[in-house]
Amino acid sequence: MNNDMIDILEDRKDQIHRTGAAPYAMDCQKRSLAGSVSQRACVFCGSRVVLYPITDALHLVHGPVGCAAYTWDIRGALSSGPELHRLSFSTDLREKDVIYGGEKKLYAALTELIAEYHPQAAFIYSTCIVGLIGDDVQAVARKVERETGIPVIPVQSEGFRGTKSTGYKAACDALSRLVGTGPTHHLPDHSINIIGEFNLAGEAWILRRYYERMGVHVAATLTGDGRVNDIRSCHGVKLNVVQCSGSMMHIAKWMKDTYGIPFIRASYFGIEDVSRALYDVAEFFGDDTVVERTRDLVRQEVKAILPQLSLWRSALEGRKAAIYTGGAFKAFSLVRSLRTLGVKTVIVGSQTGNQEDYELLRELCDEGTVLIDDTNPLELQKFIRETGADLLIGGVKERPIAHKLGLGFCDHNHERKLPLAGFEGMVHFGREVYASLQSPVWHLTYRSSGPCKEVS
Amino acid sequence: MLLRHTNTEVVEREALTINPAKTCQPVGAMYAALGIHGCLPHSHGSQGCCSYHRSTLTRHYKEPVMASTSSFTEGASVFGGQSNLLTAIETIFTVYAPDIIAVHTTCLSETIGDDIVQITAKATGKGLIPPGKYVIHANTPSYVGSHVTGFANMTKSMVTYFAQAVAEKKNKTVNILPGWVEPADMKEIRRLAGEMGVAILMYPDTSGVLDAPQTGRHEFYPRGGATVDQIRASGDSRITLALGPTASTSAAEALDSRCKVPFQTLELPIGLRATDRFINALRKAGKVEVPASINDERGRLVDMISDMQQYFFGKRAALWGDPDQLVSLAEFLHDLDMKPTYIVTGTPGRAFEERIATVLGGRLPEVKVRQGKQADMFLLHQWIKNEKVDLLIGNSYGKYIARDEDIPLVRHGFPILDRVGHQYFPTVGYRGAMRLCEQILNVLMDRQDRDSPEASFELVM
Repeated sequence: MNNDMIDILEDRKDQIHRTGAAPYAMDCQKRSLAGSVSQRACVFCGSRVVLYPITDALHLVHGPVGCAAYTWDIRGALSSGPELHRLSFSTDLREKDVIYGGEKKLYAALTELIAEYHPQAAFIYSTCIVGLIGDDVQAVARKVERETGIPVIPVQSEGFRGTKSTGYKAACDALSRLVGTGPTHHLPDHSINIIGEFNLAGEAWILRRYYERMGVHVAATLTGDGRVNDIRSCHGVKLNVVQCSGSMMHIAKWMKDTYGIPFIRASYFGIEDVSRALYDVAEFFGDDTVVERTRDLVRQEVKAILPQLSLWRSALEGRKAAIYTGGAFKAFSLVRSLRTLGVKTVIVGSQTGNQEDYELLRELCDEGTVLIDDTNPLELQKFIRETGADLLIGGVKERPIAHKLGLGFCDHNHERKLPLAGFEGMVHFGREVYASLQSPVWHLTYRSSGPCKEVS
Repeated sequence: MLLRHTNTEVVEREALTINPAKTCQPVGAMYAALGIHGCLPHSHGSQGCCSYHRSTLTRHYKEPVMASTSSFTEGASVFGGQSNLLTAIETIFTVYAPDIIAVHTTCLSETIGDDIVQITAKATGKGLIPPGKYVIHANTPSYVGSHVTGFANMTKSMVTYFAQAVAEKKNKTVNILPGWVEPADMKEIRRLAGEMGVAILMYPDTSGVLDAPQTGRHEFYPRGGATVDQIRASGDSRITLALGPTASTSAAEALDSRCKVPFQTLELPIGLRATDRFINALRKAGKVEVPASINDERGRLVDMISDMQQYFFGKRAALWGDPDQLVSLAEFLHDLDMKPTYIVTGTPGRAFEERIATVLGGRLPEVKVRQGKQADMFLLHQWIKNEKVDLLIGNSYGKYIARDEDIPLVRHGFPILDRVGHQYFPTVGYRGAMRLCEQILNVLMDRQDRDSPEASFELVM
């Protein structure tokens, strides 16, 4: 097949736009067309990534072994204590169970595991097949909860029930069973929850340190380095700060409706966005000391990283990037962060962005930027070649495509190895982009623009 | 201590797998299908299945892995996935233009009871399959067998869909079903046959697909893979050598019953004796002599083993992974004078224990073997905690045990998520066995260097 001859499929035309062209409405949040080589995952995946970082809970995958095997310790969500979440527990359903039901197995597995590991709570993830064979997971959960005294929470994550976003919502519904069941008297006045932060490469720890320096207490992180008891008490805060809007907005909205706790959206990627996030929180409390401390913090941190960033910038100026993320919210920050580094964004796509996201992206990006919803490798390659991008930012399935095309790559997903959040995260991001683009390997490949210049 | 949750008391678990030593059928079917040239594997199920399998294969090979999905919805799970598959077939041939779509099912579509043959027939009736293009399928319910079963089922489907006995007389060609091995292994099998002067047809063949060079382009269908014509012609071959009983027997049997091509099943040619048997079978099948060059390769391997035998002597090893690899590895380690003490596969099948017993010939009474139910990494770790081993051989999931128990690890099998090399350097054949020896010796001798007191720290080993 000639890759230069790729035509965009008729059905997908409304999921691809160029900024600056006629006004448009992105036809997003729809199911992938059957038969597409989609980069998307399923409901189970959405639930699993959101709940996985709760380190002292039991995560039991109810279904055939695959779903548990593929999600065994693949997300670098770090823990400062328990590591129970990094093991893989499965009821490993077999043919017999599909015929006669898996409830007995589920019960046995749960009781054995709880007796052995004494977790603070247990999550039972339903996979596709559980939804079909009609196991009464709720009943088993209630029984085990009665017998063991810990919360046993079913997660309605059957893969076919919707998209990955449906899975986020199922995870939030599961979490709402925990929230509000613990004491709050120990929480100081200036308390917040960090929501939608999964502590990849230790990012939640960076944010916690910032908030502590500001005089703001973080009651719970949902769910990075998460603890069940923190979550049970997290309704005692004054404010929820929601990152990665796609995945956990539901729980923030639910807490607003149920407990009257307001929320703000935040992104911690890039100087502008992280500063904005911290100032927003400080201003919310309206406490001059907090505002003053925040100002000091931002000033110190920015000052500390600027020299290094301008060095990266001198090497990267004029390079072009393509972005393909899960949620679209992250893409805003990436466009801005890349600008800080002198890199122009020429393609932005996401798996789960909504119309509002794409409208904001249109405003944010330079004219001519290609915006794509739920893309596939063929389209991605077509636009990369057309725009002459030098760098791709994406996840596991995109990395080798980038390298085959001779592009630099930065993983801004599960497999990031360095924290990219906060001010220090911006330096790491700069380093990753620079490291990938300066590599001498680009002298050896078919890519004409070659590596960027060496600056350190 | 990441695995501090592992206790030493081994109790029979009723219904629970902890840290599995297997995964589900579809990923095996996807891997096998990638061994057909111009083929797009298609996952008939929820979107997540396809995404997980592609991610796992991508992590293992560091290569783009293309596959499509039926993207099941709630509606499909109630009313069946027929319309999804019909749409998918149309979309795929329009947009991605493969020669073949290889459909595999999932637990979801199996339980719903989708009849792929009937749906494909409908697609043909509606003219959705362009002339000269094909849709094949394999049933791969995730709740039966393991990923190896899925590989075996897709390989068998290649036979049932394509192989034909056309000529009156069988030709001199020898079919080789390589089993679930790496692209590099398939390439090595081809080289050995070439060296012997035996004409072969081999499928699936992922070499040239999952080890593609950097060209500045992303080839949706890389150059490698067995062609439909080759698979079709395998019906006229003289004999089939089925390597690895778990992965290859069912396809060989199908080829025998459809096209009357007799077959011989062999253990995977990993290690000295298994390679001897393979070379001998190839010699007989091709009616050729073993050339001096191959004798030399064998001689070099024996030389290497004899030079280094003191370092192998008596070392206890724990192995996990897939049955076909484990049987041959166990035999080879034993030939190296090591003790393959613990052997675990999550893939169910009683024959496994017998095969291990056969290759070890009762020479290692303390060996512990477990397959199927609750045969997982947790159990293996418990055994190791009770009595330590000197070496671990298996996929990346052993790295937790390696770290916690401070035992050297040689990565072998699927998946390997944290190292490279397995895609490029074979472990089959005599040269492959030399590479295994090198890997084993490197970790054992590094360990000796690390642990020996200064006084007895040696330059020459």
